[in-house]
Amino acid sequence: MSEAILVAAAVLGVLAAAAGLALPAGRRVSAAAGLTLLACVAAGWTGAQVLVSGEPIQLHSALILPLTGVQLEVGPLGALFMVVTAAVGIGATIYGVGYASHGLGGRTAAAALPIFITSMLLVPAAGSVATFVVVWELMAISSLVLVLVEHRNRAATRSAAQWYGVMTHIGAGAILLALVLLAAHAGGQSFTTIRAHTAHLSRPVRTIVFLLALVGFGSKAGAVPLHVWLPKAHPEAPGPVSALMSGAMVNLGLYGILLVGDELLGGGPGWWWLVVLGVGVLSALFGALHAVAASDLKVLLAYSTTDTVGLMLIGIGAAGVFAAAAHTDAAAVAMMAALLLLVNHAAFKPLLFLTAASIQRASRSRDLDQLGGLMRRLPVTGPLFLVGALAIAAVPPLNGFVGEWLLFQSLLHGLANATLAIALAVPIAVAALALTAGLTAATVVKAVGIGLLGQPRSTGAAGAREVALSMRVGPGLLAGACVILGIAPMAVLGALQPVAATLVSATPIQILRPGVGLKLAGIPAAIYPAWLAVGILAAVLSLAWGRRALGRRGGPRPVPAWGGGTVTPTPRMAYTATSFAEPLRRVFDDVLRPDQDLDVSHVAESRYVVESIAYRTRVTDAIESQLYRPLLGAVTWWGERARRVQNGSVHRYLAFGFVALIVVLLVAG
Amino acid sequence: MNAAGAGGVAAIAVAVQIALVGVGAPLLGGLMRKVRCRMEGRAGPPLRQPLRELRKLVRRERLRPEHTSWVYGAAPLVLVATSVVVAGVAPIVTTRSPLAGGADLFAIVYLLLLGSLFLGLAGLDSGTAFGGMGASRALTLGALAEPALLVAILALAVPAHSSSLPVIIHGTLRHPGWAIGPARVLALAAFVVVVLAESGRLPFDNPSTHLELTMIHEAMVLEYAGPDLALVTASEQIRTAVLLGLLMTVFVPWGVATSSAPLAFVWGAITLTAKVAGAGVALAAFEVVTAKLRLFRLPELLAAAFVAATLSVLVALVTA
Repeated sequence: MSEAILVAAAVLGVLAAAAGLALPAGRRVSAAAGLTLLACVAAGWTGAQVLVSGEPIQLHSALILPLTGVQLEVGPLGALFMVVTAAVGIGATIYGVGYASHGLGGRTAAAALPIFITSMLLVPAAGSVATFVVVWELMAISSLVLVLVEHRNRAATRSAAQWYGVMTHIGAGAILLALVLLAAHAGGQSFTTIRAHTAHLSRPVRTIVFLLALVGFGSKAGAVPLHVWLPKAHPEAPGPVSALMSGAMVNLGLYGILLVGDELLGGGPGWWWLVVLGVGVLSALFGALHAVAASDLKVLLAYSTTDTVGLMLIGIGAAGVFAAAAHTDAAAVAMMAALLLLVNHAAFKPLLFLTAASIQRASRSRDLDQLGGLMRRLPVTGPLFLVGALAIAAVPPLNGFVGEWLLFQSLLHGLANATLAIALAVPIAVAALALTAGLTAATVVKAVGIGLLGQPRSTGAAGAREVALSMRVGPGLLAGACVILGIAPMAVLGALQPVAATLVSATPIQILRPGVGLKLAGIPAAIYPAWLAVGILAAVLSLAWGRRALGRRGGPRPVPAWGGGTVTPTPRMAYTATSFAEPLRRVFDDVLRPDQDLDVSHVAESRYVVESIAYRTRVTDAIESQLYRPLLGAVTWWGERARRVQNGSVHRYLAFGFVALIVVLLVAG
Repeated sequence: MNAAGAGGVAAIAVAVQIALVGVGAPLLGGLMRKVRCRMEGRAGPPLRQPLRELRKLVRRERLRPEHTSWVYGAAPLVLVATSVVVAGVAPIVTTRSPLAGGADLFAIVYLLLLGSLFLGLAGLDSGTAFGGMGASRALTLGALAEPALLVAILALAVPAHSSSLPVIIHGTLRHPGWAIGPARVLALAAFVVVVLAESGRLPFDNPSTHLELTMIHEAMVLEYAGPDLALVTASEQIRTAVLLGLLMTVFVPWGVATSSAPLAFVWGAITLTAKVAGAGVALAAFEVVTAKLRLFRLPELLAAAFVAATLSVLVALVTA
C-alpha cells in the first residue's frame, strides 16, 4: 500500500511537470500546482506511515534507469525528510498559485517547479548510489533553472546562477566520488549492501569517503566556507523557489551527511564529528554576523539559513562526538535537538522567504532601507512575517526555542565525565549558540523594525497593498506549524525518537511526555512550553484589560512624534538598516570587513563650509573575497594560458591527437 | 498534606511571588534612588515615590505617535508580561511552587529576550531617530551579553548536572562549598556584569540620564506616555528586581523555602526582600562611584565577563 502511494507521488510529480509544459497559459499553473500538491500529500503520507509503523519501504524496478535500475528505500531517517520536504512543498505550492502571475507562470518554470519538488521528495527515498545521484542531479538542475527564471529583469540573477551552478556541481562531484568509492569497496551499489560491508572497509577509505561527503553535502547545506552561493542564489530566485531551496533543499544536505556518516558508515571516530561541530560553530557565527549586517531582506534570510544550519551541524557533530565517547544518552539528546532544529527550520524559513517575497511584490523592493510602514499596510503578511522572525529568534512560545533549549541541554549533559576535547568544545559551542541567539535577536528586530514598522521610506512601500489570498494561505499554514511546534513539540519529538535511535544507536531515548511538559529522563531538566505560552498570554491579556480599565476611555490618540521641538520626523530621519547594524559592524569589523567611503566636498569659497557629504558602506563576504576571488583569479589565469594552446587550428589539434596517441602507446606498451 | 492542599499552597506561592515583585520592584527603585541621593548629600524623595509616579502616569490619556502599528501598543504589555512570568516561575521565594519544575535558567533568559525584542521593535516603530538609536544600542549590548550569560549558566549547571533552578539551589544548599568555590566566584563576576547590562545600569546605561546621545533605554522608550509609559517604567523596575532576585537566589540561596511549611515560606519572602534590598543598596552605591563607559568600550567589559564565564566552566569541570 505505502509502496503504491510512493510510486503515485513520483508519477503525480511527473504529470504535474507535463501539465506545466503542455497546457495553455491559463490552466497550466493551477493544474501543475494541484498535481504537485497531491504528490506532496502522497509522499508526506508515505513518510508518516513509515515513521509511525517503523516498517521501511523497499522498491526495485529495472525498467526506468538502464544498467542499474531504480531502487527506493525509505527508512525512518528518509521518512522524516520526506515528511518535512512535503510540508514545505505544500506551503510553497499554494503560495506559488498566487505568485505565478509575477513570473513563475512561464512554461519552463511551471514544468521545472514540480520536477524540483518531486526530486526533493525522492532524494530521501533513494536506495542505491545510482538512484541517489540521479535524483540529486535532477534536483540541482531543476533548481538552477528556477533560479534563472527572472534573469531578464536583473543581471545579478545570471551571476548568482553561475555561482550556484558551479558550487552545486563541485558538491555533486564530491558526492559522486564519495558514493562511488563506497560502492566500489563495498562491492555493490545498493545502500543495503553498502551498510552490510562498511565494517570491513579500511580506515583511510572511510575517512576519505566521509570528508568528501562532508564537502559535497556541506556545500548544499550552505555550511561555511561553502556557503557563498546561498546569499546570491536564494535572493535572486523567485519567492516560492527560494523558500523551497532554503527550507527543504538545504535540509537535504544535512540528510546526506547523516546518511553517509551515520547510516552508511555507522558513525566513526570522534574527530570526524569534531570537524562537523567546528564547521557548525563557524557557520553559525559567520551566518549570524552577516545576517545582522545585511540590508537586503532576502540576503539577510539567506545568511540566517547558514546560521541555522550551523546550529544543526553543532547538534549533529555533538551527537557524533558524544557517541564516539560512548555517552549515548547525551548523543541521543543532541541528535534529537539537531532534528528538531531541522523540522523547525523547515517551518519558519519558508515562512520568512514567502512573506519576504510578498513584501517585495507589494512594495517593489527588498532593500530594507526602502521599506517601512508595512505592518499597517499588509495586515496579514506583516504579522505572519513577525511570527517567523520571532521563531528564528528562538523566543518562547514559538518553535525555535525548544530546539535551542534541547541543544543546550544535550551540550550540558555531554559535559558529565567529559574528555578534554569535549570539555573544550562544549563551552565554545555554547558560546556560539548564545552569540548567535543574541545576534539573531538584533537581526530580527532590524528586519521587522526597519522593514515593517515606522514610516514608509519609499513610494513603493507607501503604496503597498495586501497580496493575493493564496499568498497568505501558504505562509499562514507554515506560521500555524511554527506555533504548534512551539507549544506542543512533544508530538514531533515522539516521531523523532526512532529516527535518532537509528542514527546514534542509543538505548531508549530520554524524552518523556508528561502532559504538556517536556522532560529529559537522564538529567533533571524540564520545560513546559504550553504553560509558558498560557502564562504570557494571560499576563498580556490581564495587563491589556488593566490598561483599559484604569485609563481613560477610547483608544490611544495619534499625535506627531517628537522631532526635537522643530519639525515632525520624516522617514529620512529614522534609523536605517545600515545605521541599526553600525555598532555591531564596528565591533566585529575584523570579520565583516566593511568597505567605507566618505567623500566630503567643500564649498569653493571656504573649506570650513561643507557642501555635500557622500557616505557609502558595503559589507563584503570575507570568505568570498579572501578564498574564492584568488581561486577564481588562478582559474582564469590558467584559462588564459590554455587559450594559447587552443587556437582553433585544425592542424594543431591533429598534432595533439597524434602525440597523445604515441604517448598512450608508449605507456601501454 | 493532601495533593489539593499542596497545590493550593503552591498556587498561593506563585501569586505571592508575583505580588512581592510587583509591589517590591518600585519600592526597590525608590530605595536605590534614596541611597544615591543620600550618598550625594541630598535628602531624596520618599521610598514610595516611584509608586506615586506610576499612579500619576496610569491616569493620563493614552497617546501614540502617528504611523505606529499595533506593535507599539503591544510592546509594553509583552515586556511586563515576560517579566511577570519570570517572577512567577523562578523559585525566588520557594522551590516548591508548581511552576518551579519548569524554571530553567535557559528558558528564563529567552523569556526575557522576548520582552527585549518587543521593546526594540517599539523603538523602531516610533519612526524617530532616537527610537532606532536606542533599539540598535540595546540589542547590540544584548547580543554581546548573551555569550557571557549562557556560558555562566553552563558553569552553574555543571556541578548540579542541570540548568533547572530548583536543582541548582538544592545542590548549593546541600554542598555549601559550591557557593564559595572559584568556579562560582568567576561565574558571579560574569553574572553581575550581565545583570548590569540587561537591567540598563551603570556603567552600561545611565537610567537617570536624559542626555540624548548617551541614552540607550530611555531613547528607545522616548515616545511612550501615560499608561504605556507606566508599564514600561514598571517593567524596567520589575526586570531589575527579578534579575537581582535571581542573582541572589542562585548565589546566596539560603532562606529560600524548600518545604511547603507556611513558616518556611514566610521566611523565604523575608529573606528574599532583605537580600534584594541589600543588593539594591550595593548597586546604588556602586553607581554613585562609577562613570558611564563609552559605548565602544562596553564590548571589552562584556568580553571580560565571557572569559570569566568560560574559565568558570573549565574550573567547574576540573573540580567536579
